[in-house]
Amino acid sequence: MTELIELSLAEARDGLEAKRFSASELARAHISAVERARLLNAYVLETPEKALAQAFESDARLKRGEGRPLEGIPIGVKDLFCTKGVRTTAGSAILGNFTPDYESTVTSHLWRDGAVMLGKLNCDEFAMGSSNETSAFGPVVSPWLPPNWDGARARSTIIKATADRDVPQGLLVPGGSSGGSATAVAARLCLGATATDTGGSIRQPAAFTGTVGMKPTYGRCSRFGTVAFASSLDQAGPIARTVRDCAILLGSMAGPDPRDSTCAEIPVPDFEAAVSRGVKALKIGVPKEYRMDGMPEEIEKLWAEGARWLASAGAELVDVSLPHTAYALPAYYIVAPAEASSNLARYDGVRYGLRVEGRDVIEMYENTRAAGFGREVKRRVMIGAYVLSAGYYDAYYLRAQKTRTLIKRDFEDVFAAGIDAVLTPATPTAAFGIGEKASASPIEMYLNDVFTVTVNMAGLPGISVPAGLDGKGLPLGLQLIGRPFDEETLFAAGQVIEDAAGRMALPKIWWE
Amino acid sequence: MSVDTKTVKRVAHLARIALPEAEVERMQGELNAILGFVEQLAKVDVEGVEPMTSVTPMRLKQRTDVVTEGDMADAVLANAPTSDDHYFVVPKVVE
Repeated sequence: MTELIELSLAEARDGLEAKRFSASELARAHISAVERARLLNAYVLETPEKALAQAFESDARLKRGEGRPLEGIPIGVKDLFCTKGVRTTAGSAILGNFTPDYESTVTSHLWRDGAVMLGKLNCDEFAMGSSNETSAFGPVVSPWLPPNWDGARARSTIIKATADRDVPQGLLVPGGSSGGSATAVAARLCLGATATDTGGSIRQPAAFTGTVGMKPTYGRCSRFGTVAFASSLDQAGPIARTVRDCAILLGSMAGPDPRDSTCAEIPVPDFEAAVSRGVKALKIGVPKEYRMDGMPEEIEKLWAEGARWLASAGAELVDVSLPHTAYALPAYYIVAPAEASSNLARYDGVRYGLRVEGRDVIEMYENTRAAGFGREVKRRVMIGAYVLSAGYYDAYYLRAQKTRTLIKRDFEDVFAAGIDAVLTPATPTAAFGIGEKASASPIEMYLNDVFTVTVNMAGLPGISVPAGLDGKGLPLGLQLIGRPFDEETLFAAGQVIEDAAGRMALPKIWWE
Repeated sequence: MSVDTKTVKRVAHLARIALPEAEVERMQGELNAILGFVEQLAKVDVEGVEPMTSVTPMRLKQRTDVVTEGDMADAVLANAPTSDDHYFVVPKVVE
């Protein structure tokens, strides 16, 4: 049955339709893979009974010829999406055993279309992080091994670290915040996963793990029922093993929702049809501002290669300028913490989650939040409280929001000049080691998102597609940025890169 | 701009996060690293630029002002750490 977990989502869908295997068989193969992969710490909650019940219904529907678009497809859900009756933690101790009585719109769309839930996936606490090391459940391990490591060494490192209540130093991070989603997809522990992206949390882990990650336009997917981090930046999207699989998943996840006033009232296009559209006559911009000092030569090379691939498929490559690029990350570290400090005010020990008593109600709040939030979250909530406080608002928050207007204008100018999509590297480096940045300044971690954060600041769609390996054999991704609500062009161009680079050969199973 | 320990304590209180004395200095260093990083925004010419209020051009949706959901006190209270007779319970606020 192990071959079933190696299928792409599209292949599995077609196999189910052709009755080559059943949804129950497909679910059991995945449940077993998940159980045998606990060393990776990708799932924080497994829901095998739910998966089997859903698969049972899928088999009945398939038998009647009434299969829905994702009938019987086993997926993982980032633990930021509320799932009715299933514990939802956002990777934080402050949510404790919070069990929502409602379903996020994005996951409800997936179940409506017949998908099967394998469980909830680890993530950085409240999606704040770029390595999945801030999770209250501990770090997720990437299935990619560091150079010269073998499976036996990796397994014993994890086992020893767990026994010592330490982190498995030396192994690689999957990126974050959707690190559980990226590892689960790369390790074949689901056919696709939901994820969210506030500054790069879909695209950076996808790039680190050799998977495809799509952050759609702000407003394409409803935010209802997704634990909020920074509401003007948060957007849900899929991580999967192919561009086509991402297109299939987004087609289900997206769509209008009366419960989210920022969710766009526009119909969902046939994303899967766009995958094979090609790039003939498209104009692809290459922005010089993404050429960073100290960027590894391999990334520069891969970027140029990506441009050549698109050119040989018929696209016209054009040098463009996005002059305010360098200011996106500093502006983000004002806007996102400001919104987070406001959003996370709800964790007060009263309505749900953890409560630590105090002498009065204020002390109860302070004790609860001190015990329930991790270091990174405290830092960001405090930065947010500071930049919004009296006397500092204009110097920080207002200036950042004006800068954001300029960042968006850069893209508008480029698109107005006829550019259809912009090609950049997805990340400035390949994956780094767990614990490697623990003692560094927080800024060093933040720099991971330097190429992805512009997209959130401008509300645009962006896709990260695996494009090759670096000298150490670790995956690198290329990013394509599109016009608002033109994810279709990104799927088309992403497919051209996937075809040219060849589908990423994922690591052999060493974690069982 | 950088923050002193007094400001760190004030901000912690504003954020309703208890910060033990022993952690103040480390937090101060981390906050100052972040504030130092965002300082570069001072170089951006924002003269005459409107601050962004909405990332996509959208009009706020409106709906008829009617009750759509409700009457679910048990569900609302299901996750509360302490509740009593359909009320959330908090430490005494008014003497």
